[in-house]
Amino acid sequence: MLISMNWIGDFVDLSGLDIEELIHRFTLSTAEVDEVYHMGSQLRDVVAGKILTVENHPDSKKLHLLKVDAGDKIYDVVCGAPNVREGVVVPFVKEGGFAGGMEIRCAKIAGVESHGMCCSESELGISADHRGLMELPEDTVPGTDITELYPIRDIVFEVDNKSLTNRPDLWGHYGIAREFAALTGRPLQPLATLDLSAFDGLDPVDIQVLDTEHCYRYTGLKVRNIQKKISPVEMRIRLYYCGTRAINLLADLTNYLMLELGQPMHAFDCAKVDSIEVKRFPEPFDFQTLDSQVRRVDENTLMICSKGEPVAVAGIMGGLDSEIEDDTDSLLLESANFDAVSVRKSSTRLGLRTDASMRYEKTLDPEMTTVAIERFMKLLTEIDPQVQVISRMTDVYVRKYPQISLSFDKSYVDRYTGIDISDQQILHTLNALGFSASKEGQVFSVEVPSWRATKDVTIKADIIEEITRIYGYDNFKITTTRSALYPEQRNAGNKADNFAKDLLVQKYNLHEVHSYIWYDGKKCRELGIETEPNVRLLNAMTPENDTLRSCMAPTLLCFVQENKSFAPDFGIFEIGRVVEGKKENGECRERKKLGIALFSRTRSEKELFFSLLEMLSTLGQDLKQSEVTFRKTAPEHTWQHPKNTAEVWVHGQKMGSICALHPAVLANIDRKASVVTAELDMDDFAAVPSSDIHYQEPSKYPGMELDLSLVIPQGTIFSDIQKAWTQEDFPLLQQVYLVDSFDDGHQKSLAFRFSFLSHEKTLTREEVQPSVDRILKNLEGMGILLKA
Amino acid sequence: MKEKIEQLKMRIAEELQSAGDSETVEKIRVAYLGKKGSVTELLKGLKELSGEEKKEAGQQINALKKYAEEHISARIAQIKAEELQRQVDSAEEYDVTLPSRNVQGSYHPITLVQRQVEEIFASMGFTIEDYFEIVDDYHCFEALNIPKHHPARDMQDTYYLDNGQLLKTHTSAAQNAIMKKYGAPLRAIFPGRCFRNESTDACHENTFFQMEGMMIDKDISISNLIYFMKTMLSHVFQQDINVRLRPGFFPFVEPGFELDISCLICGGEGCPSCKNSGWLELCPCGMIHPNVLKAGGIDPEEYTGFAFGLGLTRLAMMKYGVKDIRDLNSGNLKALSQFVHE
Repeated sequence: MLISMNWIGDFVDLSGLDIEELIHRFTLSTAEVDEVYHMGSQLRDVVAGKILTVENHPDSKKLHLLKVDAGDKIYDVVCGAPNVREGVVVPFVKEGGFAGGMEIRCAKIAGVESHGMCCSESELGISADHRGLMELPEDTVPGTDITELYPIRDIVFEVDNKSLTNRPDLWGHYGIAREFAALTGRPLQPLATLDLSAFDGLDPVDIQVLDTEHCYRYTGLKVRNIQKKISPVEMRIRLYYCGTRAINLLADLTNYLMLELGQPMHAFDCAKVDSIEVKRFPEPFDFQTLDSQVRRVDENTLMICSKGEPVAVAGIMGGLDSEIEDDTDSLLLESANFDAVSVRKSSTRLGLRTDASMRYEKTLDPEMTTVAIERFMKLLTEIDPQVQVISRMTDVYVRKYPQISLSFDKSYVDRYTGIDISDQQILHTLNALGFSASKEGQVFSVEVPSWRATKDVTIKADIIEEITRIYGYDNFKITTTRSALYPEQRNAGNKADNFAKDLLVQKYNLHEVHSYIWYDGKKCRELGIETEPNVRLLNAMTPENDTLRSCMAPTLLCFVQENKSFAPDFGIFEIGRVVEGKKENGECRERKKLGIALFSRTRSEKELFFSLLEMLSTLGQDLKQSEVTFRKTAPEHTWQHPKNTAEVWVHGQKMGSICALHPAVLANIDRKASVVTAELDMDDFAAVPSSDIHYQEPSKYPGMELDLSLVIPQGTIFSDIQKAWTQEDFPLLQQVYLVDSFDDGHQKSLAFRFSFLSHEKTLTREEVQPSVDRILKNLEGMGILLKA
Repeated sequence: MKEKIEQLKMRIAEELQSAGDSETVEKIRVAYLGKKGSVTELLKGLKELSGEEKKEAGQQINALKKYAEEHISARIAQIKAEELQRQVDSAEEYDVTLPSRNVQGSYHPITLVQRQVEEIFASMGFTIEDYFEIVDDYHCFEALNIPKHHPARDMQDTYYLDNGQLLKTHTSAAQNAIMKKYGAPLRAIFPGRCFRNESTDACHENTFFQMEGMMIDKDISISNLIYFMKTMLSHVFQQDINVRLRPGFFPFVEPGFELDISCLICGGEGCPSCKNSGWLELCPCGMIHPNVLKAGGIDPEEYTGFAFGLGLTRLAMMKYGVKDIRDLNSGNLKALSQFVHE
């Protein structure tokens, strides 16, 4: 929103103050200022010039040769404007002056020297009108500086609308002026209005509020005999500076009032609209708004009607049919208050956001409707004294906000601020902002003014903001707290995440990525990854991406495919959330998962698979001192390899999966590469208790190692073989390592190194032989024999 | 005898001289000093002599033995030294300037920034909490004093799910649960991923990270809030950061602020990055609204607190100079593999 400091000056005297500095304080105390513009600051040597003579240019039909009296002398000027004529007074830029974005120099125009320029309003920067020269009053003394005639010089600043969302009172100049009054300690002038009580004897306007839910107040007045059609220059300049196009006096006045008080108004041509109903229609219908668009209006949209016919979308925009036109001489003036939510929703549905709807959305103060009419009439009668009021001001006040009174003591303020703001300053600030504040004993009492009471200020904490923002946050002394100290344990989840990240990045050189919580439907389809139905977004960007992920692999595999030219070998991982369907109560079963995917063009799938297996084992061992085991399982997802898919178990619990890819999916990613992927439930994993280190005295005696090479029947897996030494107690057996493996498809053999150790003596072969014999016997029972 | 000894002496010297390796020297040692060696034999022959003769011959033979031992060990030492020298001479000389092959993994930049901020707050006694990404209307809005018809609840801002839940739009959605979990006093930070239904471009993402922080105690004030924000940000950016507060409206704080920091690029002089204002908007914050405390089971008459919502994604972008926010969720390793260390 654009704010004119000249306009502010109507209500608070800021003379002698540094305006830019004030605007900066406004940012810090009230709302963010985006930009400051110095209007008219470039104009130089622009004066009233009287056109004395007009002659035709010898070589041009459009151009004229003028003699212009600019007070100091007579200038010869070449001018192309259509409305030049003798005796008219226009803005004139003398040779060497500046206007219209350029310096005016002596120049030959079509062969004739010109020593200045006559200006349009557009060249003065006070409107977009460049159709012809601006005409000044005939009695203007030639030579008078244009900036003395009109308030062209102004400082205009743009407030970020977002920072005003909760301040309905700041959507007009008067409210902003109140802030400047509070910031400077200068008084706010009362608003000059016209007392309309003299017309109370006239007939009322016929106003029927049929929807009392969405219309809070509707005030109307009828006026006739309006003679003036064009707004005064001063008003047009302000409107233009504040971003509004001047149209005609009545339309301009409603806009002016909205910019001044924040109260949207609407002027109906009384010849077309002379009674009002506020209601909704039971069926949708088409309605042509002022902007000539035909819009579909539905049954939830509040409408202003006259004799049953819709004439305006309440709070948003008038209809084309009842528009004020140049020959309008009587009007029905609307000043109303509508439900904020209803206006916002209607405006969204219609795709039509206007200056009025933007204001209504903020929950305007209904007390303003009558004030706005009184102010409107004050301005109108000043401009056009002939106008006649032909109805009494008719007011249907459906819903009034309650008066809010708050009380608090000084210690409350001190506790919130942490600093000492004096009683006097508290009272002064609040009163300047219109809160009637007083102090009795230790208690401050505050009456919240109506313009802050619609939603903005409701509790005493709101008062703290008023006091502190005017005090200035820059003036706060900053201090640390006096809170008690106590040790904080890192939570297990955070610790596990960080540990896993460090391990995978630093030991295994993987790259951490982040992917979306929904599947990329198109990409998955390209890769042949069939994702399962899951909880869906109701309003996804594209319908293809509406399904939430139930596991990590698909999004990671998409990344693997996109990165396949990054390096011949790489691995990625993500710790992120998935949704494993819904719980019994219908809520999402959200889990935190670690997903890993490895890609290689140089290593076999088998190597890759076992290095991924090692990563998971290391993670379990290092963080939780828990053995991680793997159990072959049938694939759960179509992208998993039918043979090489396994469950991951930690601490007696299934916590994830590991798999090679189904050849069909792998082929879509890269025909020449190997890809494996794994997933671990980090919520479950973090919950595994970690044990302390159990220290064992090292043996003073050397151990004994014995290698056994075994022939294994096809289909027998290690977890079965190891039962030969794990299902019985062999006190001397310390560890068994796999030292060699061989499998040519016909014969499979594994070589193990058995390591024996005693804490009492150096072992001899004879002492370990009974254990070895027993193990071999157990193996024999499984059909496993020593290799010949 | 004397002659014989002299001859042996000379022979030993000659043989040692021509011996080229330690094995030959060992053979020489055995030949002279071994059990059946020449010198040993001479000593054995002594017992056949007597008196003065025996004494004299004994001295001479012992001198010979000593001579032999010394020369043999000297020769061994010499040969060993020569062998070591040959090893050194024949060793390959390495080019230490060859490039080393350094494969490094990488962290996501969000992880790096998150850890930094966590470390600072952990050192000031804040607990680090984790929270869901999928929440309900109550936690995301109602418990935060956001009225039923607030625009933030519209479908154009919030991702709703078909089971009535939603993707959390801000980390503040965890405030209520954390207040209920710990009660007051409370110091906690809770990083998390947030979602807003908006179209993406270089500056906008529908998926981003925030770090929320709360401190609740008997006398927590605006003055404390400024202190903690300034301290934290100065540590994150490793320079003295100026902060300023402006009024900002968020339903769950009162008063609410927008926190600006002095522009990191121009130091506050004004530049294109800060739109010539010298300040960068960084972090909404404020004093926790009494209704929010109440909803969290904390008595607002007894306790006050502050809360802030730091944009971790924005912070990471500022810290590392990432210009396109979409790089962060792209999975593009050309971008992400650069973040190798904290």
